[in-house]
Amino acid sequence: MTFIQIADLRKEFEMHVVGGKRVVGLDDVSFDVHDGEFLAIVGESGSGKSSLLKCLYRTYDPSAGTIRFESEAGIVDLASCSEREMLSLRGDEIGYASQFLDEIPRVPAIDVVTRPLIEDGIESQVARDVARDLLTELSLPEELHDAYPATFSGGERQRVNLARAIAPRPRLLLLDEPTSALDPDTKAAAIDLLDRYLTDETTVVGVFHNRDVVSQVADRVVILDDARLRRIVDVETYVAETADEAQGAGA
Amino acid sequence: MSLLDAENVTRFYGDVEPCGRCVERTGAEHGRNRCPECGMVVGCADVTLSVESGEVLGIVGESGSGKSSLAEMLALDLAATDGTVAFDAYDGNFLDANYEERVDLQNEHVGMVHQHVGDGLNLEFTGGGNVAEALLAAGWRHFEDVRTRVRDLFEETEVPADRMDDPTSTYSGGMQRRVQIAKAIANDPELVILDEPTTGLDVSVQARVLDMFRRIQREQDVATIVVSHDLGVIRLLADRTVVMRHGRVVETGLTDRVMEDPRHEYTQTLINSVI
Repeated sequence: MTFIQIADLRKEFEMHVVGGKRVVGLDDVSFDVHDGEFLAIVGESGSGKSSLLKCLYRTYDPSAGTIRFESEAGIVDLASCSEREMLSLRGDEIGYASQFLDEIPRVPAIDVVTRPLIEDGIESQVARDVARDLLTELSLPEELHDAYPATFSGGERQRVNLARAIAPRPRLLLLDEPTSALDPDTKAAAIDLLDRYLTDETTVVGVFHNRDVVSQVADRVVILDDARLRRIVDVETYVAETADEAQGAGA
Repeated sequence: MSLLDAENVTRFYGDVEPCGRCVERTGAEHGRNRCPECGMVVGCADVTLSVESGEVLGIVGESGSGKSSLAEMLALDLAATDGTVAFDAYDGNFLDANYEERVDLQNEHVGMVHQHVGDGLNLEFTGGGNVAEALLAAGWRHFEDVRTRVRDLFEETEVPADRMDDPTSTYSGGMQRRVQIAKAIANDPELVILDEPTTGLDVSVQARVLDMFRRIQREQDVATIVVSHDLGVIRLLADRTVVMRHGRVVETGLTDRVMEDPRHEYTQTLINSVI
């Protein structure tokens, strides 16, 4: 039932450029992620949301604590496993979509999405069809499928990025504000796609800003505040407690 | 065991008698390469790293950081002053391979793509002839087999096959770079070393060459060491990255970790200096 067990996670940055100043990104964070759930991470800017996600993917090296991940081969501590073990988990089990697409220039959008599938051993025509379907579902205009994402708008790039991350249906999917640059209609399409394309085999941990998105996708919500875990609530509680904010924002 | 395990690889430059303390008196924390006592220049020292099969290791650093010396030693193009390297296809210290063994290792096991476009090629020969040379050195004999293999390699590296029989000097820089790569991978080496793969190429050509190489690297699962001062190149190609300064490794880690959570003072400055 427990898929990831995070205990006493701490991340501190030492910034030599400003005289060795120490900045705390995460302070003593502990919680469990359940098998197959969609867990949203919310909090103000600078509360540690992206730091948490990056510690799970090891883009940040945690300063202390453990992240016990139930991999196919048994429990692995993502905070301390070897770099090669991490690379292999990234290849097979853990996917990540950053806010911004970071791809090699001059690779067409369709190939960006197709590649991870081919690397998973899926036959190239089948992989292309899946990629094309995903991009179409995210309403990326068909004439852009074979174009280079470098010239795309922020929203278009974000769609390519999201399609690439979900395409292989990883066991753990980490999403960092995957819909932040999308217009309301595309955002709705993206949420719908996450729901339909991903099965119970994929556990999602995602950082979100938008309350409406959280209410539609999440099972539980982790609330961070100033680098600390404030609490975890189920989505109904979160929606009820934040009803004022929604009205206040006029949304 | 990894495909390649290098330990304490060191290279001195200079005609002087080393004082014995050159390594401890130079390096990143001293901010110099030249030993203040005897004047020896320490190109690189105490470099320890490993490469697994199929893995891409990036080596990043500014000019004079020792990264090219290191690449040349690992490609057996430059003699090491000290150090041991265990390599899968060789029994004993790889750095001590004799001339004959070295020729054999370079032909069949370690492909090197030199920094300057055209290096390692004879520009008077045809492009196809340059690639064929690598095959002949590895014992290929039948004309038609060689021809077919060269044609395949041209297609693989995206050089128009109808230019095979033209002198290499008539090729563009991008095409010469591709021929260098075709030659380096001709005999399916276990390891390829790329020294500054984008140097001397137009920006538009750089991206296509990198993408072509990345595709081949993944399809053939060939281990690669890529040396570059360009963080963009490292970010796009390398799984793990080693940061060098003043001849020393100052930081090693997953490439995205080194880029986004750099720990060493120098790495932080380097990341913050990207235009």
